[in-house]
Amino acid sequence: MDIMELLKSLLELDLGGYLQSVGTAVWVINLIGVLNLATACMIIVIFLIWLERKVIARMQDRIGPNRVGGKYGLLQSVADATKLLSKELITPAGVDRIPYNVAPVLIVVASLLTWAVIPLAPGVIGVDLNIAVFFVLAISSVSVVTFLLAGWGSNNKYALLGAFRAVAQMVSYEVPMIVSLLVPILLARSMSTVDIVEAQGIPFIVVVPLSALIFFISALAETGRTPFDLLEADSEIVAGFHIEYSGMKFAMFFLAEFLGTLFMSAFFVVIYLSGYRFFGVEELMIGGLHIGALLGFIVFVVKVFLVYFVFIWIRATLPRVRIDQLLNFNWKFLVPLSLVLLLTVAVMDKLFLADAAQIPKAAVLMVTNIVVGWVTVELLRRRDNDGQTAVSPITEEAVTAH
Amino acid sequence: MFGLEFDQIFFVLIAAVTLGFSVLVVTMRNLFHAALALMVAFLGVAVTYVTLGAGFLAMAQLLVYIGAISILIIFGIMMTRRIMSAEEEPFNGQAGLAAFTAVIFFAFTTYVFINYWPAVPAVSPLAMAPEVDPAMIDNSVVLLGQAFVNPNAYVLPFEVASVMLLAALVGSVFIAKPRIQEAEA
Repeated sequence: MDIMELLKSLLELDLGGYLQSVGTAVWVINLIGVLNLATACMIIVIFLIWLERKVIARMQDRIGPNRVGGKYGLLQSVADATKLLSKELITPAGVDRIPYNVAPVLIVVASLLTWAVIPLAPGVIGVDLNIAVFFVLAISSVSVVTFLLAGWGSNNKYALLGAFRAVAQMVSYEVPMIVSLLVPILLARSMSTVDIVEAQGIPFIVVVPLSALIFFISALAETGRTPFDLLEADSEIVAGFHIEYSGMKFAMFFLAEFLGTLFMSAFFVVIYLSGYRFFGVEELMIGGLHIGALLGFIVFVVKVFLVYFVFIWIRATLPRVRIDQLLNFNWKFLVPLSLVLLLTVAVMDKLFLADAAQIPKAAVLMVTNIVVGWVTVELLRRRDNDGQTAVSPITEEAVTAH
Repeated sequence: MFGLEFDQIFFVLIAAVTLGFSVLVVTMRNLFHAALALMVAFLGVAVTYVTLGAGFLAMAQLLVYIGAISILIIFGIMMTRRIMSAEEEPFNGQAGLAAFTAVIFFAFTTYVFINYWPAVPAVSPLAMAPEVDPAMIDNSVVLLGQAFVNPNAYVLPFEVASVMLLAALVGSVFIAKPRIQEAEA
């Protein structure tokens, strides 16, 4: 009977409840949960590295890793990780020891912390904070500090330049990210990730597509991936802020980057793609067994990997932008657009749609979003046709000065 | 241990970390390290907020003080000094006066808190702390938001603060903007 109970709790993703019923202390259960989540994230990263290399190779008409671990090179990143673990840690002379050594640890901790507020399945969440979205933003703003620690502690000009770029990029793109996240928060009337998922009878990507697009672009920039990877642009500043790191310390920066991207995919799924929900499959009960929890988890994972695939797709497709293009695009396009969008949605929601039913409300908001986006693009096109090309004022000044 | 509860031990630890790093901020010779110590001190304050059940305030502390102000300070240090080699003298002629003022201020606030602030009685503070309804803590963000825009509560200070921030923003843009003559030359 005990075994049956255990199996049932496993199928319902409620191992904690089972352990509690047999009298395990709460802090032991919490510890197991934390270890599980953190380990699972890191193991998924090993798989993600393989996936990314394989997908990009296919898109560039190559084969990609195909030697280690059978025909598909499945164990390639396991071999890479083992190599990195066994390599000597070289500490260059002249580094500032404390920042240099603290940075790789802090960056991994920061990217693991945010996973606490992601609802993986109905009732399966690290902690349901009432300020979950705010928590994520606060942690990601703290992780900016680690770039400065690494860049400055390395005592290397390229590293410092990379850190400056990273900080400028992160701090700038936080603004449109926060403002675009305010739109779903406004519609869900809550900052808790669980409440936001529960509020998405219709996924928010359909209701406010423009907000989702702005968030996605900002997420690309926040994770420092192509086309916004100039904080580690190899052809310009060699490797950016982690140039002086070797072996496992380098691997931790690498790990944090992948963890961050995976987290952004998961966060996008939770905020805009209705998380673990899929036409009510998450509430399915069969013979008193809440099988929907497991199905919801599978739905969530599939959605996360779909979004992650788009991240890889963009990385394989787009070239890198220049720093002035990056900052101009943010401050002169994304920030004003997201502010206008927030204002429009707030006014529409409270003034005209206060009593509307779910579907007409979603339709009107979607049309509003599309109109706002279209008007913006049209305005920009007019401006381009008036002779003001996409060349930024900064580069024009630089050209005339020489 | 010593008749202390877990909360009290935790508070003492966090307070010690916060104060210790605050002392480091003003005594360290390397300005960059001092800025890092300042961040840890801010973090200690944020943890104190969490133990008091003020999650929103703690996150705001992280976002504003560590994520923005400390970074600004570090940028300021890096742009204005030859930081890589600089070993600054932490004390100047005002040290004695500053210490004197700090002691006076500390004595004054302690006097006010003990005599006029009923939530913090002189004896065994934690034992007599007022019980807060957990539902109120869960709902604190909504209550905070409503208080900010409620005419009977804090809408005026809120608006004044936002106008002041806007003025600062406009001012910084004006200062950073290249002068017209300079741009032509």
